[in-house]
Amino acid sequence: MIRSLLSGDLPRSRALAAALALVLAALVLAPFIFPGTRSLDVAAKIAVFVVLAASYDLLLGYTGVVSFAHTMFFGIGGYGIGLAAANWGSGWGSLAAGSVLALALSAAIAFAVGLLSLRVRAIFFAMITLAVAAFFQILASQLSWLTGGEDGINFSLPRLLHPRLASYYLVLAASTVLFLALLRIVNSPFGRVLLSIRENEFRAEALGTRTVYYRTVANCVGALGATAAGLLYAVWLRYTGPAATLSFDIMVDILLMVVIGGMGTMYGSVLGATIFVLAQSYLRDLMKLASGAVSGVPLLPDLLHPDRWLLWLGVLFILCVYYFPTGIVGRLRK
Amino acid sequence: MLSLAGVNTHIGQYHILQGVDFEVPRGSLTMLLGRNGAGKTTCLRTIMGMWRASAGRVLCGASEIQDMKTPEIARLGIAYVPENMGIFAGLTVRENMLLAARGGAPDEKRLAWIFGLFPALEKFWQTAAGNLSGGQKQMLAIARAIVEPRKLLLVDEPTKGLAPAIIGNMIEAFRELKRTDTTILVVEQNFHFAQSLGDAVAVMDSGRIVHRGRMDALAADSALQAKLLGLSLEAHP
Repeated sequence: MIRSLLSGDLPRSRALAAALALVLAALVLAPFIFPGTRSLDVAAKIAVFVVLAASYDLLLGYTGVVSFAHTMFFGIGGYGIGLAAANWGSGWGSLAAGSVLALALSAAIAFAVGLLSLRVRAIFFAMITLAVAAFFQILASQLSWLTGGEDGINFSLPRLLHPRLASYYLVLAASTVLFLALLRIVNSPFGRVLLSIRENEFRAEALGTRTVYYRTVANCVGALGATAAGLLYAVWLRYTGPAATLSFDIMVDILLMVVIGGMGTMYGSVLGATIFVLAQSYLRDLMKLASGAVSGVPLLPDLLHPDRWLLWLGVLFILCVYYFPTGIVGRLRK
Repeated sequence: MLSLAGVNTHIGQYHILQGVDFEVPRGSLTMLLGRNGAGKTTCLRTIMGMWRASAGRVLCGASEIQDMKTPEIARLGIAYVPENMGIFAGLTVRENMLLAARGGAPDEKRLAWIFGLFPALEKFWQTAAGNLSGGQKQMLAIARAIVEPRKLLLVDEPTKGLAPAIIGNMIEAFRELKRTDTTILVVEQNFHFAQSLGDAVAVMDSGRIVHRGRMDALAADSALQAKLLGLSLEAHP
């Protein structure tokens, strides 16, 4: 049963299996064991970012494609729900229509960008995706009559989703299904071809693989995953805006989640997203406690001042990359 | 089966193939010999479309393939085994084989025949290919190329870096492959390997074919070997 759910891709390490089980249990029980709005918000963000990072891992880790447009697709998902709910009402029909339109738009953009630019060298593809993502971000900010500009859009959801608990479990269930779907894709014959392209494009071509086709399809699947994550994030926040979904900072966060977790492992996305979101959310509080605890010692309270949390987050990631060059999952599987 | 006529290949500013002409008869094993840097690997890569021929024609059966892309050439039934054990190290032996089986899962009978040629592959079926020994990697590269019947097999230096005992196994495997009437073109530096298997031979020097003929005739002519390859069979038993 579990083997089938995981598409035969078992954790292959007791420590990894235990860590994954712990994350899943914590997310499922979060509303009961970590009461409060903030902890529920962190748990929902982890669930969404697991999908977002996993869909990026499909591109970066499994196909070797470096794209900077992933947040654009995340944003398209957010705006799809936001615009539909704000303009067509908060019924299920408008949410479904917004979701379908967002997914279709993402697939079309990913297909066009992929087909036009995946033939060229990886660095050009990365630059093109960066340009397209920047263009989309500017568009979302400038078309304020439609998108709400920098303020974004607040909207309401169907009555069934009004309780936070209902929204949370919808987001968690959908995220779990999406993650398992991505896991199935990378463990299918299609995923095998992606791995062969990543390892050696010329050898893959010599076996008859049309690499541009496969990379374009991978780009579309990754984009659809990111869009689905954007839809869920908007449902959770009941808001969408440039800073929440389209910011380049989010792109850097996803990249770090995938690298720290372990590229080309899928499970790395779970651990990477969990550690990253927890650090982002609670490091400042931890530092406040630490700073208070060493208040009598010279220099240390200043170094551990909560305002310096980004510095310590940076140090934490440098240490992670240094000690786990193959990511946490790579290390645990050794 | 395969014929090259006046094939020229440029790589950047370098003119590597300078009018290559030779044929690989159907059902034969043809050896392409020559010193380092003669253009042998470029010749195979040009046939596979990895380098574009700047002039000349490459015919596989009735199809002109010099303007085709590599995947289309492979889909015509031409398999290529690159030098340096061109396997996918991150995938298992099984996954490497499945990648090459375009018709879905490999035929069980054919797989059993391949395991007969290379028993180590059955033993390490679920092992990551990167963990195999050099000889096993080369076996996997060849097995992958023949997982389905092919019209033409191009093999680049199959004995490079292999121990003599493994080379002996490789010779046996190629003898078995010859019995299936597969057309094979092998680039090789090991003259013992070449003379053990070759039906026909073409020798390259400075981007041109400088000799064509029967392998046994070249093997019997020490003076010609010395002239073409700078060696003699006696020196390489």
